[in-house]
Amino acid sequence: MSNTTPPPLRSRHGQRSDKTQASFGGIDKSAARNFGSAGPDFAGIARSAEFAEIRSRSKRFIIPMTGLFLVLYVGYVLLAAYAPDFMAEPVFGHINVGLLLGISQFVSTLLITTLYVRFATRKIDPEVDEIRKTAAGGQQ
Amino acid sequence: MITHAQDEPALGTGSPAVNITVFAALILVTLFVTYRASSRSSTSDYFAAGGTFSGAQNGIALSGDFLSAASFLGIAGAIAIHGYDGFLYSIGFLVAWLVNLLLIAERLRNTGRFTMGDVLSFRMRQRPVRAAAAVSTLFITVVYMIAQMAGAGDLVALLLDVRSSSGQALVIAVVGVVMVLYVLIGGMKGTTWVQILKAGMLLLSVALITIFLFGKFGFNFNTLLQQASDNNPLGDRILAPGAQYGESALTKLDFVSLSLALVFGVAGLPHVLMRFYTVPNSREARRSVVWATWLMSAFYLCTLVIGFGASAMVGVEAIRAAPGGENSAAPLLAYEIGGTVLLGVISAVAFATILAVVAGLTLTASASFAHDFYANVIQRGNADPDSEVRVARITAMVIGGVAILGGILVNGQNIAFLVGLAFAIAASANLSTLLFTLFWKRFNTTGTLWGMYGGLGSCLVLMLFSPVMSGAEDSIVPAVDFSLFPLSNPGIVSIPFSFLCGIVGTFLHRERADPKDFAEMEVRSLTGIGSRGAGV
Repeated sequence: MSNTTPPPLRSRHGQRSDKTQASFGGIDKSAARNFGSAGPDFAGIARSAEFAEIRSRSKRFIIPMTGLFLVLYVGYVLLAAYAPDFMAEPVFGHINVGLLLGISQFVSTLLITTLYVRFATRKIDPEVDEIRKTAAGGQQ
Repeated sequence: MITHAQDEPALGTGSPAVNITVFAALILVTLFVTYRASSRSSTSDYFAAGGTFSGAQNGIALSGDFLSAASFLGIAGAIAIHGYDGFLYSIGFLVAWLVNLLLIAERLRNTGRFTMGDVLSFRMRQRPVRAAAAVSTLFITVVYMIAQMAGAGDLVALLLDVRSSSGQALVIAVVGVVMVLYVLIGGMKGTTWVQILKAGMLLLSVALITIFLFGKFGFNFNTLLQQASDNNPLGDRILAPGAQYGESALTKLDFVSLSLALVFGVAGLPHVLMRFYTVPNSREARRSVVWATWLMSAFYLCTLVIGFGASAMVGVEAIRAAPGGENSAAPLLAYEIGGTVLLGVISAVAFATILAVVAGLTLTASASFAHDFYANVIQRGNADPDSEVRVARITAMVIGGVAILGGILVNGQNIAFLVGLAFAIAASANLSTLLFTLFWKRFNTTGTLWGMYGGLGSCLVLMLFSPVMSGAEDSIVPAVDFSLFPLSNPGIVSIPFSFLCGIVGTFLHRERADPKDFAEMEVRSLTGIGSRGAGV
């Protein structure tokens, strides 16, 4: 897409600058560089203490959670593959350990989803809004 | 609803005339929706619906994109025949969404614009990386589409009682042409509306069948399981894992390999990734993943009941003998409990499912080719958007043709299994590079190319020499045997290999990634500053 592109975005969001358009046009250059000096001061934001806080908060949540669900899932798969007798152990009637563990994968998935949403809306979104406000202020 | 089907042999198809009527009505309705919702011709509208869908709408559409024929026909069939082992697909498909939620969705939405290539090439050299992204997208979507086409063929064959392979081939061809029409007419907006419509119908009908089945067995899941194992030659073995994959150390390893491909594949599926661009910002992207996860949990729990229900009420022999085999378990169950009308409805829903998913895939593949390859590699970023959309439309037709041919070739294989292969390619070619580019500062262009081509190449080569291609009775080429690699799903080898390639490639080349670009990407991906639609 070049600068002659009728910018579809502008028609929708009247205020968009041409910078966003151009940022996807450049070839053999990273899109990032096309922002030039007029764009937001990304390097500055990246160095700021506020951003560092968001980054580390988000990593502190995401990395352990990713580890947790992978361990749960891989553990379940290994049990299913290599301990079928354990999985076939009946609990009540025909409902066995395997079925219950399978259902509990659903439960843990939904639980982690809910926890993440709570975490993101409480601990990340307000901070991000703050940074965005500052960045927008700095530009004007 | 509960008419008696028992007076006809359960093999049958109801009345083809009724089936076709319900069918045709449905296709006309969805085509009409597509036409009404069809996008204006701007590229942003065509590829990303202008970013105008809400999180909830997009979440329903996401589940629509994801709950393909593989999930409905394939998993229900696998559970009906092999029992518990089929359920393992559902779990992999579901847990995989956590990868999207935690690591990918929001960051991708903030960083890119139309395609996966936007993100991968963000801080790399554009042309080679975009070309690689387009290549992997094309491979994944074509394999995925082939699976859907095969499913469509099975389904229509069952409905019309077409048993000859040339008849089924013709059916697949007609289905393919209709699907490409959707994309040509509707673009992303039309396709999204079809997805929403179809997801609604699909969820509603599986819920109703599940409730009916529970009622039939006195709201006692135990009784249902009892009858399912009575009606299955495998007996009690269907209630625990191992009936399909438990034979030997090799099949067990194959199962672990498939499980890895399922859980890591979703985050590399280009048509799922592209959906994150149809919402206005990253918070809506997050909301859509949450919606999709809840809807899919409900759906997969229903398929568990439906699968065992099919085993209990239709019986394994009847399923195996029907045209379409394993994949026809759910429609046969519908016939058993609701007669011709319900069979017509369920088949129409399944067909709409396939239609919508193929439309989504076609759109993704054509967007990637037009946006990444044509506009940015061939035209070096100077293509006008009209020609970009035109190229996308031509690509859609070509891809449709390839998928039709492929669908005819693999006709008869379980769809969930085939989709598992597409997942393996997605996990191998895309996941490692996406994660590295988002989270690893040092990662560079060489690493990206190595990771993508290494993962894609190893995955394709291993598939070519696997028992899926040759050597076994149900292979694509059963007559000759060049199956040097014993596993039918290559994930366990090719996924780690792609991560390794990404790392080695990065360190081999002296080119350092520009830290400024990484800073921009990091800020953008986390905060949305500078991204399309953000802060407006």
